[in-house]
Amino acid sequence: MASIVTRIRGEPLRKSQSTTTEPAWCRRLMIGTGLVFLLFLLLMPLVAIAYEALRHGIGLCLATFVDPHARSAILLTLTVAAICVPVTMVFGLAAAWAITKFSFRGKSLLTTVIDLPFAVSPVIAGLIFILIFSGTHGYLGPYLEAHDIRVIFALPGIALATLFITLPFVARELIPIMQSQGREEEFAALTLGAGGWRTFSRVTLPNVKWGLFYGLILCNARAMGEFGAVAVVSGNIKGKTSTMPLYIETLYFEYNSVAAFSLASILTGLALVTLLLKNVVEWRMTRRPS
Amino acid sequence: MSIRALNITKSFGRYTALDHVSLEVPAGKLVSLLGPSGSGKTTLLRILAGLEFPDPGSGARVFFHEHEVTATPAGRRGVGFVFQHYALFRHMTVADNIAFGIRARPRAQRPGQEQIRERIATLLQLVQLDGLQQRYPSELSGGQRQRVALARALAVDPKVLLLDEPFGALDAKVRKDLRRWLRLFQEEIKITTVFVTHDQEEALELADAVVVMNNARIEQVGDPQEVYDRPASPFVIEFLGNVNRITAGAGHTTGSSMDALYVRPHDVDLQPVHSAERHHYALEARVQHVFSAGNYARVSLEGTGNREPFEAEISRARLSELALRPGDHVAVVFRHVRLFPKGEYIEADVDKGRLVTPSFEGTGPA
Repeated sequence: MASIVTRIRGEPLRKSQSTTTEPAWCRRLMIGTGLVFLLFLLLMPLVAIAYEALRHGIGLCLATFVDPHARSAILLTLTVAAICVPVTMVFGLAAAWAITKFSFRGKSLLTTVIDLPFAVSPVIAGLIFILIFSGTHGYLGPYLEAHDIRVIFALPGIALATLFITLPFVARELIPIMQSQGREEEFAALTLGAGGWRTFSRVTLPNVKWGLFYGLILCNARAMGEFGAVAVVSGNIKGKTSTMPLYIETLYFEYNSVAAFSLASILTGLALVTLLLKNVVEWRMTRRPS
Repeated sequence: MSIRALNITKSFGRYTALDHVSLEVPAGKLVSLLGPSGSGKTTLLRILAGLEFPDPGSGARVFFHEHEVTATPAGRRGVGFVFQHYALFRHMTVADNIAFGIRARPRAQRPGQEQIRERIATLLQLVQLDGLQQRYPSELSGGQRQRVALARALAVDPKVLLLDEPFGALDAKVRKDLRRWLRLFQEEIKITTVFVTHDQEEALELADAVVVMNNARIEQVGDPQEVYDRPASPFVIEFLGNVNRITAGAGHTTGSSMDALYVRPHDVDLQPVHSAERHHYALEARVQHVFSAGNYARVSLEGTGNREPFEAEISRARLSELALRPGDHVAVVFRHVRLFPKGEYIEADVDKGRLVTPSFEGTGPA
């Protein structure tokens, strides 16, 4: 800042001002280090994915999507995301509403439990569901077998595991926003004769809509990209229980790198769109009258 | 519509916010709940509004006029509530904020769009904010926001207006203007109004009656003159206006021992130590500081005997007559003194012949 101010005033930068800003070599070193990491760890892999996908021509790349197994993987991934996003939204809204607008027994426990999926390794999350739902040795196994319900190695298991991982995203996003907004607007709505639902839909929800949208974007990205937990419960049956991340791995180990990277570019593209949306939302959130 | 709250007790966990409080507000009056933070005044207001409810089984009852509303939720009590921090709906325009209560009514009682628009315009005119319909709360100043909040509360035709520190978040000048405006406004529409404040000046200037609260209880109820001139307890006299609390020995008139006696600074008279006009009851004190910025000069003094500090408020003309400097000795007469011996209330007035003199000697380190 100091240097900007002095330049506006037209004064030369003096040595004495170095107390407020780092020396030039230090700034360059730090920015340079950051850029190098960005280049090697983030940008190069992105370019590499696109390059590997298109290396043998666009035709071969597009051929990947004719593959019925690839199509089924894309469809499965979209289905799982379509299940997880609404459920996470409902849970997130309910949890954030309860935690920020009311006081009740076990509130701090709930706050802690919401963070659990962030703390637990996805593999363990998958194993928990095997332990509960597995047909052969899960707690509910005999019951599920008797009623011919398949959870593990099927869509319900994959959806459950993904839900476990993505559950905190919306709640985590909403709780700080709702906390900072307080409860007075809701009280005002109550004194004006609005009922619970009207207060929620006309006052609470519009106040958090951008935060909610942001949480949903992150949730969707994670639901489509989740690997660890899904790998444990899905069984990775090609064309049946193989999601996009799982199928990409399969293709790669089958030395079909063009197909692997073609499919990977879709996930990457999705990530980029997510980032773009996230930035738009962030921009809206800061611009919004507070 | 009159308000009657009987035997209100409210606790939050182990903390008692209100302890068997009863209050009556006559119809059309402007009453202020005055007290320090934590005295229970806001809790009482929220119980009147139906935003909080008294402890179940405590026998508390709230009446609006003759109707019991103890268990009626806020939305069906017909109250207008104004919050300290406005609580305007931040994503709605001024017009939508004001119309919120009207649109929340059951469909059958909801007026048409055109009528709502007219009502908004009338209300904005009433709060002197014509033409600001399409603004957002963030585009308004604090004083404007609070007036929008008031218009929004009035839009539902409340029978009772409740305001929770309505001027607390505003700066001094705006606060004064808005206070005066509210007074006129309330006189005009004659709505029963209760407002909470911790600012004694605000309460005394604005209210028909002041309810002084402390420690979950009501200390005194009375019109402003009454609570200021005849405070019922040491708390009230200390909370309302400046007062010197002098821990003295015995009062000569009563003979009973007192904890303390109270003298308003403007009831402290200063005279030259050696002069004919010196009152024969006068005590001696030493001047410590003189603050002369303002309408009155404030002189901080220390009793020569026990070094008890106190303050006098004298006119600037009197100050220049006396030509006081730090370190000077002066004769002091307490013209009007209040004592609170165990539940009794004693007032002494020098000019009416009853005089109480604190014995400075013998109480402190001589």
